[in-house]
Amino acid sequence: MYDSGKILAGIIIFILLITFPFWLNSIQGEYKGEPELVIDRSNGAQCVKSTDYMRNSHMTLLNEWRDEVVRNDNRFYTISSGERIEMSLSNTCMSCHANKEEFCDRCHDYSGVKPYCWDCHIEQKKLETN
Amino acid sequence: MNSSRRKFLKLAGMAALGITAGKYEKIFGLTGYSNTQHSQSVSKLRAMVIDIRKCLVEKGCTACISSCNKTHNVPNIDNTKHEIKWIWKEDYENVFLEKENHFLNEDFKHSEILILCNHCDNPPCVKVCPTKATWKREDGIVMMDWHRCIGCRYCMAACPYGSRSFNWISPRPFIENITKNFPTRTKGVVEKCTFCDERLARNQLPACVEACPQKCLLFGDLNDSKSEVRQVLANNFSIRRKPSLGTNPKIYYIV
Ligand code: HEC
Ligand code: HEC
Ligand code: HEC
Repeated sequence: MYDSGKILAGIIIFILLITFPFWLNSIQGEYKGEPELVIDRSNGAQCVKSTDYMRNSHMTLLNEWRDEVVRNDNRFYTISSGERIEMSLSNTCMSCHANKEEFCDRCHDYSGVKPYCWDCHIEQKKLETN
Repeated sequence: MNSSRRKFLKLAGMAALGITAGKYEKIFGLTGYSNTQHSQSVSKLRAMVIDIRKCLVEKGCTACISSCNKTHNVPNIDNTKHEIKWIWKEDYENVFLEKENHFLNEDFKHSEILILCNHCDNPPCVKVCPTKATWKREDGIVMMDWHRCIGCRYCMAACPYGSRSFNWISPRPFIENITKNFPTRTKGVVEKCTFCDERLARNQLPACVEACPQKCLLFGDLNDSKSEVRQVLANNFSIRRKPSLGTNPKIYYIV
């Protein structure tokens, strides 16, 4: 066979290239499991809806809140306990989940989601009680 | 033969007139306040009255402007090409361009007049917005949904009062002390005054009205004949900006 050395080298390089994702991943470290969320319960033990619903559909809820407030001029929401809360991302969600980095961000980084809400909405550390 | 053709042409002419007459009203906005006309005043019709006489007592006063800027995180950008304005002052001749009212107090003509979004009853900005990011609420407020704004700036071209500003650069670095309970805006979004819809929802007056030390800003319901704004308008001569355009502004100036 002519040039068998070159052909073999080419094949090896080719195989290395197309398997690149696999061995890169094996060098870079293994699957770390689900992210650990830090939940602050000092403002209440429950979320505004069931934990299951929140985990699956908090983005839908936020979209509904946004449209209700901005487009329908309706700012309050009654939760299952009967309490009326303000529909607000910065003022309601973030008053309980003030540790955004350890909660929202940790899960979003893991899921590869980058909500752009924080370009405008303010991440507050802890809502000053007034 | 001849006479029937004549009849036909006459009829066609009349029909064309009839069709366009309806449109004419819509296009030129001569229909008056839509809210008062169509329903038995179920809804409020929000309006503001600015008493220029009182406003000019303290010429350098910017209490209303600072209060608004603070409440809504309006950035303070010096470059006039990039600046963001919700409520501000402008020379008299630029505010009342049409100069329809002669022989007003000379002092007005050499002063700066307070201006903000006119919350037109017939808002041109709403007509051109391709995403419904701006629309007229039932109570007459011309609202903004910053989430839907794609930054096309058609509304800015349509607004005859220059009431809208575009964020050419990120506004956050230009806000000295961020007010935490109101979102900022971001680069690529248009913004303007919304009559403090967020405060009205909590039964508060607009921030500028509350801040005015001379009490020269009045805010209320035009559909309520007993409201303060209606009383003041009934007893004083008032002017509005560019009335000939048919936009029907809801900011009245007492002169
Ligand atoms: C009263 C305080 C409070 C408010 C307000 C609140 N949360 Fe929660 N949230 C919690 C608590 C406590 C949990 C954990 C519940 C549990 O473990 O059963 C939780 C759970 C969640 C979860 C699920 C986390 C997981 O374990 O998967 C999400 C997502 C979430 N919240 C998002 C939001 C969003 C978005 C808002 C605003 C719409 C919001 N929360 C408002 C207290 C709150
Ligand atoms: C348990 C994991 C988890 C937690 C905790 C969580 N999120 Fe999410 N979030 C997600 C996932 C997954 C998506 C993407 C869903 C999709 O794209 O369908 C998402 C999407 C969103 C979106 C929509 C983004 C977009 O681009 O449309 C918003 C807004 C959002 N999350 C806000 C929050 C806020 C605010 C918090 C903290 C209070 C939070 N999330 C906490 C998992 C989480
Ligand atoms: C261009 C800036 C901007 C972006 C980006 C933005 N918002 Fe908003 N948002 C606003 C403004 C301004 C308001 C009006 C606040 C008011 O009237 O109190 C608002 C109001 C809201 C409200 C109701 C009032 C409140 O205090 O929260 C919700 C809920 C909301 N936005 C959710 C979101 C979510 C979720 C995202 C991301 C997917 C997002 N917004 C992205 C500017 C923005």
